Amino acid sequence: MMQQGVQGQERQQRALAIEAHGLVKVFGDNRAVDGVDLSIPTGSIYALLGPNGAGKTTIINMLTTLLKPSGGSAKIFGHDVAKETQIVRQLISVTGQSAAVDERLSATENLTIFGMLLGLSKSQASKRAAELLVEFGLEEAAKRTLEKFSGGMRRRLDLASSLIIQAPLIFLDEPTTGLDPRTRVQMWESIRRMVASGSTILLTTQYLDEADQLADRIAVIDHGRVVAEGTPRELKAAVGKATLNLSLADEKEAPEAARIAEDVLRVKTSRPEANLVTAPMSDPDSVTDLLVALRNAKIRLATVSVQEPTLDEVFIALTGDGKDAQAGGAKA
Amino acid sequence: MSAQIVPGAERKLKNRISIQMSISNSLTMAYRTLLLIRRTPQQLFDVTIQPILFTLMFSFLFGGAISGSVAGYLPIIIPGILAQTAITASMGTGVQLREDMDKGVFYRFKSMPIARMATLAGPLLADIVRYSIATGLTLVMGYILGFRWVSTDGLLLAGFLSVFAAWCLSWVFALLGVVMKSAQAVQGISAAILFPLSFLSGAFVPTKTLPSWLQDFVNVNPLTYVVSAVRQLFTQGTVGTDFWLSLAGSIAIVLVFAPLTLRAYMRKA
Ligand SMILES: Nc1ncnc2c1ncn2[C@@H]1O[C@H](COP(=O)(O)OP(=O)(O)OP(=O)(O)O)[C@@H](O)[C@H]1O
Ligand SMILES: [Mg+2]
Repeated sequence: MMQQGVQGQERQQRALAIEAHGLVKVFGDNRAVDGVDLSIPTGSIYALLGPNGAGKTTIINMLTTLLKPSGGSAKIFGHDVAKETQIVRQLISVTGQSAAVDERLSATENLTIFGMLLGLSKSQASKRAAELLVEFGLEEAAKRTLEKFSGGMRRRLDLASSLIIQAPLIFLDEPTTGLDPRTRVQMWESIRRMVASGSTILLTTQYLDEADQLADRIAVIDHGRVVAEGTPRELKAAVGKATLNLSLADEKEAPEAARIAEDVLRVKTSRPEANLVTAPMSDPDSVTDLLVALRNAKIRLATVSVQEPTLDEVFIALTGDGKDAQAGGAKA
Repeated sequence: MSAQIVPGAERKLKNRISIQMSISNSLTMAYRTLLLIRRTPQQLFDVTIQPILFTLMFSFLFGGAISGSVAGYLPIIIPGILAQTAITASMGTGVQLREDMDKGVFYRFKSMPIARMATLAGPLLADIVRYSIATGLTLVMGYILGFRWVSTDGLLLAGFLSVFAAWCLSWVFALLGVVMKSAQAVQGISAAILFPLSFLSGAFVPTKTLPSWLQDFVNVNPLTYVVSAVRQLFTQGTVGTDFWLSLAGSIAIVLVFAPLTLRAYMRKA
């Protein structure tokens, strides 16, 4: 039994969907990607997060064989992106940052041609096209040329084009930028469904709540480097603690409540508003003690809430001071 | 529980695209080009308006001056216009290739497991349709004006030679399309190649009266041979040296330019 467990672990280690070592891309004298390591296990959703120009798209372009790395190496399911390009292309599908569909053709024609290029017969391809158009709510616009499509419709067709045949590894560069909230949630569902049926997803996003909701792990990219990596929870924990908010029924009791909180939690509190007491929270158990102490002192609470640090705070803390980070990087 | 796809790590894949797949990809890309032509019919202007307009214009403009009458000029001008519209059409191939390659959809083609050369071979294949339209329309216009040929075989061979020469020449313009930065640049350079090639070929006027240095150019211009071969096929219905020379010349152009174009394309793609 033990032995099997070890073997299983080994297999899992081999089953990395993406493995990159020291990836570098230089444009002129701009090191757009500057030594990126990634290891992304099969079956996970992995998010690249970073400000504009951080190098996210360039990383994706190298992993998808669209750009030759200037240095380092990357493997997709064990196949080198520089040497085994045709194998890699059979294992991936890519939705780029800008729409990669033909403006001059209709939605059906676009999907049918992509399907035929992937080896479907013409009738199989048009059948698949019809299914996808329904799935992405485009069936009414199927026959129109894309010139008359709205931005969001074009984006949806672009995503549909990447899902004609479900690839084991799916790259999505800002998949939900420009989508309305309802379509965005639908997109999240599609992403989760693809993972449930065996695909691995690498996505980039500008929406931190999206990364928080979807991603198993996140790499924060800045100036072409990975500046932090981990689960959303780990990243948040690294930046700050949760905050306890006590809102009092009677604001005259606030100073007393603050004193008790400082006593019980042994932290400094603050009072952003007259009836509000906030305190950094490290140990959730001590909150119970605090609530008991408040009740004993007959202090009535209006609401109690715990605020997790947001990824926004993580993001700004890690990438906020762009200029300094670059200077530091250059010196190092 | 949804159906599971085959895990990426367990797939047995080859790092090359089979010949069947390359052919199938090229045909799909040709189909795509035809759809594009149907969607934007203005792409057909050069192969529709030009043959009609040129046949009429040249016949009535030069007919009297050069041959004494329109009817007498037709055997000279029709083969000339045939060759000229065919190569103008092949120039369009280069311009459209450049335009197409700048479109966002090429981002997707490049990341798909398809034969690289299909994106090039498809449009070139589909453009045979354009050359055929140009050739057919010129012949119809000529017939209406009174032009007659001696044999159907001669007519078919002449049509074939025009289309084939255009297709071979389109590789030159395809190379320009691949290496140049903008469609305008391709258009400009192509026109600069096209004009001397078509006018100094005996396509429109007999070359006997030209100064000798111009005659030297006419004699090395491959189009001269296409024009005389086509003329011979129409007026005598026979295949002569010019036919074989132009066939060999066209094939030589493909042998030189197709690999160059493919290499330039691969390097970019
Ligand atoms: N083809 C190119 N030639 C020259 N420089 C480039 C090229 N592509 C990207 N860059 C540069 O590389 C850097 C990283 O760009 P990249 O597009 O990867 O950023 P990004 O993280 O995707 O940004 P965004 O969030 O805006 O999409 C930028 O400084 C950009 O100007
Ligand atoms: Mg980007």
